[in-house]
Parts: sequence; C-alpha cells; structure tokens
Amino acid sequence: MRVVFTTSGDSLDSPLDTRFGRAPKYLVYDLDTETFEVVGNDDQIAMAHGAGIQAAGLVARLAPDAVVTGHCGPKAFHVLSSAGVKVFTSNAATVAEALELYRSGSLQEASGSDVRGHWS
Amino acid sequence: MIVAVASGKGGTGKTTIAVNLARTAGAPVQLLDCDVEEPNDHLFLSGNLEQTEIVNIPIPEVDEDLCNGCGECGRVCEFHAIVTFGSAPLVFAELCHGCGGCTKVCPTGAIREVDKRMGVIQTLQDGDITLVQGLLDIGVAMAPPVIRAVKAHMEPGATTIVDASPGTSCPVVTAVRGTDYVLLVTEPTPFGLHDLILAVGMVRELSMPCGVVVNRVGVGDDRVHDYCRAEGIPILAEIPDDRRIAEAYSRGQLAVDALPEYRSLFEGLWQTLAEEIGKTSPNHSKDEDAKL
Repeated sequence: MRVVFTTSGDSLDSPLDTRFGRAPKYLVYDLDTETFEVVGNDDQIAMAHGAGIQAAGLVARLAPDAVVTGHCGPKAFHVLSSAGVKVFTSNAATVAEALELYRSGSLQEASGSDVRGHWS
Repeated sequence: MIVAVASGKGGTGKTTIAVNLARTAGAPVQLLDCDVEEPNDHLFLSGNLEQTEIVNIPIPEVDEDLCNGCGECGRVCEFHAIVTFGSAPLVFAELCHGCGGCTKVCPTGAIREVDKRMGVIQTLQDGDITLVQGLLDIGVAMAPPVIRAVKAHMEPGATTIVDASPGTSCPVVTAVRGTDYVLLVTEPTPFGLHDLILAVGMVRELSMPCGVVVNRVGVGDDRVHDYCRAEGIPILAEIPDDRRIAEAYSRGQLAVDALPEYRSLFEGLWQTLAEEIGKTSPNHSKDEDAKL
C-alpha cells in the first residue's frame, strides 16, 4: 500500500502542500515497509497550462493506491480516478499529520474535484 | 495594403478606428473582424450576417485496442493535452491545438483525428465593405484557429483591415501576423500607456512596423506622446475626446456618418498609412505568416 502526499519538503515533518498540480514534491510513503521516497515535480511547477493533468500523469505512473493533498482540480481528478488512484483531501499541517489521519481512516475519499479548473 | 488595428488595452477604440477606416477607404475594402470572442464591427454596418462555414480543429481519438501504452503521444504534445500512465492515453480536447503531432508519432497507428468544432465564420456586405468575422463557440477557450480561418478569406492585393482583439497574446499575434502595418490604438492615460508599451514590445518581437492612433485626446496626460517621441514611434492620428463620437457609437452609428467633420481625419489617416507602409520594405513578415 503506497500513498502519495503533496509537499514542499523532503521529510515527514514537511508541510502538506495544499496544491496538487503545482506542489513542488511528492512524498511516496510505503505503509508496508514504513519507508518513503521523494519525487520532484519540477516539470510542472512553471507550466502555463495543464500542470494538473501532467502532475496527475506523473503520480499515476508511480502507481500509488491513494493521494493525499490539499485540493484537487477537475482535470487532475479525472486522470487520477482513471488510473484507479483514490484522492483524499486534508488540511493537515504536515505530511506526518496527514499520514496519521490516513492511517486512522479519518480522511474522507473525494468523489470529485473540490476546486474549479483555472480557466472556468 | 493590409492594416492591422490592435491595442494593448481594451476599450481604446479599435473598433471605432477599424470601421471608420473601412467606411472612408473610398474603394472596395475587406474588414476582417478577428476579435472572435466578441466581434462587434458588424454592429456599425448594415446588411445581414450570413454564416459561411464552420471552423474545426482535428483532435486525437485513441483506439484502445491498437494502443500499446508507449506514451509517445503524451511526450510529443507541447500543449499537455494528452497524459499517459502505462495504459491508453487520456485526451483533454480543450487543451489540444490540433497540430497532429500525436497522430504522427504513434507507432501503432492507434490515433485518428476527428473534428472538434471551434466556431463559425460569418460575412456581410455593406456597400464597398466586405466584412468577414469569426465567432468563437461559447465554452471554447482557443481563438487562433478561428482567427486563422477568418484570415484565410483575405483576398490577395485587396485593401484589408484586420481588427484584432485587445491584449498581446496568441490571438493578437495570430491576427497581426502577415499584415503590412500595425496601427496601435491607445488613450492618453496611465493604463493606455502601460498597455501600449506591452503592445509595442509584441510588435517589435514580430519585427513589424507600427504607428499609434491616440484616441480621446484631451483626457489624461502627455505621457503617451512623450513615450512615442522617445521611442521614435509615429503618431498617425489623434482623435479628440468628443462626447458626440461616443453618443454616435452608442447608437451603432459610424463617427464619419454621424459627424461628417471627422471624415477628413480618417481620409488623412489612410494617406498617412500609405506613406508609412511605403517607407517599409515589402513582404517583411510574409515568411513569419507562413510559419504560423
């Protein structure tokens, strides 16, 4: 079971980034081995359009079971759900806090995007 | 002679300049309304608009049985309209520019192109004026394909006015490219100056000649004039801040029809334009246009 958290840092104490597509990094946590790796999102941060879609493609290729982020837009959500990745939104301050909430089952799975696209 | 009417700032008087120029051409003239999000030149002309064509772009459709999930289509897409994650790609039609790159790189021939409607072309004849306008469909965010379709109606050798949309981004670049001269309409206000500087930057990037029309002279300050002098940009006409022009506009009347004293101003502008274009080398931007 692997879960991706959006973050700006490299450790579990790093902040949970509220943005999905333009989050600086993705922390991929393996709940079975209790280890993690951090993947950069450099290609998407400065992208004029389509950052959410391509970021979702990047995350989908990591093949996690779920993503925990602050907010997720419609296009990114569409890609993630097509790839069978569950999306959870949380306002937790840190990745560790969000991980605890995920483990305890207190995060609600999103059934759709919770924010509008950037050109609507 | 092909003249583009553009501006950085919206509401400076592009439409006013374009339609009054068209009326005072004194010979058959093509007026191409490339402000396809809200074409309004037709409001000042008589005659009925007729729809002549539908504008489409080709977008990819993936045959999942043929797709091997290699992801080449997603990697080649400059506009991030295709995303792949080891399975058949997802296509986001609203981001697709219709370039056809994905179809070309697909090694298994799994992608075919289908038309996506972007808007329509409409025309109207009012005396010497042939209006061709593009109208983007509601919900479509990409104007250049419709603008290119309007410009495809340009008759070689005809006197042509291209009315661009405000701003300095893709729709404006698409509209002004391939014209002989860019007329930048501004007003003598801080906002007018700020956006004029952006528009001049765009025109210079395209290596095209330009001149300025200052509208509503009398409001604001002298900074637009100072800027043009310092940059060596000619001011081809100045239109006074005359409430009667706005009143005529609000009734859908041309200034040169409602207020004949302005006729000579626009006739003079045609003359100045011809002189300015005469100073520039021919075919300066035709290569640029071909690349588009």
